[in-house]
Amino acid sequence: MTLPAQITYAMGYGLVGRAALWRQRRKEERAIRARWEREQDGAVAPPLLASARMKELMSRHYLQARYAPGVRKVAWVTSGAPVEVLQALDFLLIYPENHAALCGARRKAVDMCVEAEHAGYSRDLCSYARTDIGTALSGKAPVTRIPKPDLLFCCTNICQTVLYWYRVLAHHFEVPLVLIDTPFLFEAAQPHQVEYVKQQIEAAIPVAERVAGRQLSFPRLRQIVASSRQASELWLAVLNRAQHRPAPISAFDGFINMGPIVDLRGEPETVRFYETLLAEVDQRIAAGIGAVRNERLRVLWDNLPIWYRIGWLSGLLAKRGVSIVASDYTYAWGELAPMMDPERPIESAAQVYLHPILNRSTGEKLRSMRRMVQDFHCDGVILHSDRSCKPYSLGQIAQRDRLANDVGVPSFLLEADHSDSRAFSEEQAGNRLEAFVELMEMRQ
Amino acid sequence: MSGPHVAAIGVDAGSTTCKVVAVTAEGGVAGWRLERGLPRVEEQTAMLLDDLLRDHPVAAGRVPIVATGYGRRLVRRAERAVTEITCHARGVFHATGHGGTLLDVGGQDSKVIQIAPDGRVVDFAMNDKCAAGTGRFLEHTAARLDVPLEELGPRSCAARREQAISSTCTVFAESEIISLLAHGVPVDGILRGLHRSLVSRLVAMVRTLGVRPPVMLSGGVAQNSAVRAMLAEDLGVRVEVPAHPQLMGALGAALLALGPPGDGAA
Repeated sequence: MTLPAQITYAMGYGLVGRAALWRQRRKEERAIRARWEREQDGAVAPPLLASARMKELMSRHYLQARYAPGVRKVAWVTSGAPVEVLQALDFLLIYPENHAALCGARRKAVDMCVEAEHAGYSRDLCSYARTDIGTALSGKAPVTRIPKPDLLFCCTNICQTVLYWYRVLAHHFEVPLVLIDTPFLFEAAQPHQVEYVKQQIEAAIPVAERVAGRQLSFPRLRQIVASSRQASELWLAVLNRAQHRPAPISAFDGFINMGPIVDLRGEPETVRFYETLLAEVDQRIAAGIGAVRNERLRVLWDNLPIWYRIGWLSGLLAKRGVSIVASDYTYAWGELAPMMDPERPIESAAQVYLHPILNRSTGEKLRSMRRMVQDFHCDGVILHSDRSCKPYSLGQIAQRDRLANDVGVPSFLLEADHSDSRAFSEEQAGNRLEAFVELMEMRQ
Repeated sequence: MSGPHVAAIGVDAGSTTCKVVAVTAEGGVAGWRLERGLPRVEEQTAMLLDDLLRDHPVAAGRVPIVATGYGRRLVRRAERAVTEITCHARGVFHATGHGGTLLDVGGQDSKVIQIAPDGRVVDFAMNDKCAAGTGRFLEHTAARLDVPLEELGPRSCAARREQAISSTCTVFAESEIISLLAHGVPVDGILRGLHRSLVSRLVAMVRTLGVRPPVMLSGGVAQNSAVRAMLAEDLGVRVEVPAHPQLMGALGAALLALGPPGDGAA
């Protein structure tokens, strides 16, 4: 920790930055309120007021990250990593996947992918990985500047790509890499599998402590796990509110507001944010407001969003009265909440991080989807066949057939990529989506 | 001006051809027009509509119009735009009187549509982001062989040998053709191989949804006798082709414009 860095941090982030972001949030809240006054009959309801707060939280996080070098240790982590241990050691956490999604949403991902491709990385590689590697290699900051890592923390419960991706990062940045290997669950987790993951987390602690320059405090860890659980429970409650008719929030609202539960879970402010969001969603239910004004058809979304076409997709469907009421992707950060146990922080982390949807069998994923179709009263399912995310897309053809033939719910495979817009054809996708909506309409 | 009275019209502004079909109040075809598609969809459809209406008397008042095909949103006079999936299913169901598995192979895309016994669309699949399983594949490769489109089917059927084409990609197939020609392989054998390549893609797509007989074929490619024969051979079932297979989308659109029975459904 250096004094000049601390001064810059206190000035740039603490004094100026936070205040500017607070003002920005107020401005956005006013703009959203004005839209509620003005747009009485749009197909899509104006954004949630809480989304302005979400933007403030996420911007603050990235602003803090910019001033972090020399003040706080930085760890780059995968989205399904057991981060509570790192939070207890006061690491500032950077999620390259979240940064890549941000680049995707702002339509900057392709430029970064091209940087990675020019360095020899295949276009068949995940576009998150290419965006991140492209950003690291080029040193460019297309959306926001992210600090270099002091530690890399990678968990294989979301895919195997992260293993090689983080090795590239470790080689490039010359920093320690901690790898948590999670055995794939074909059935219920066996005690030896839980023990295996638990031992790896325990072994990671001294490495993280050495980089952090401090010792892990278990009371602090328990506190963080408690916050993490509370935020995850609230997130799940928010998503489950979409079981109401009309659904007060759509999966698009979920995609937009999931940043804090991924990047900032364990922080008390995240708990407060989801409390606020839940209250606003409940107000919508009480007032009978739907995310899609004229909700006629309800659809489940499978897989990651198409970040660069969220507005287009949401508008196209809403015009036809289609509300995407749920997504198994956003659900992934809520459904494991009951497994979190502050009293057994390491063992319960091993349980939790063994169970993300991507670490479970395709049959288990199908069962989850069937449950969601029922719970959310869905008239159809859109399965995003994501060129980048192979583990998520694996088995979708069979899953689609089972949903269509066994469950009898119209189901449709939409080809795209979560961040690389070069793998997406708007005309074809739009045409097929419209045909799918017509098919659902005929069923009504 | 003569013939039965026009009660509704369907316009199918496809990627390769533009079709207009007029139907009577009973759903019978009163008249139709078909032309190669021009870049100015709006003007072309307006001209075809005027031309058709000049020759056929209108039943009463304003004739309802439904548009389909890639250019459907450019047909300003249409009340509604409906996708080809719904329109083709509706048209073929009307023409054949039964459900089953419909394979529509157009100029730009191909689709499999499962139609219930009551005419509703049960499920569908379309080719991926590639021209390989479409009419464009034959059109493109035939041009390289200097064979007119209407001769493709008969010459392929008559070919004594079938030259295997390993590329399913349109662009790679073209390179392969150049190489085969350079090796002195007869044109008709290559043509037959190209048809097999296209049909194998179509069969794979049909199988993703499952074959529920009877199998029906529509779209411009349905006029190709070799495609019809090979599909039947590879699927192991008879392939039924309605009269005027190219007009099924426009016919379905016209029937939808006519209204019940079936606002979007059968």
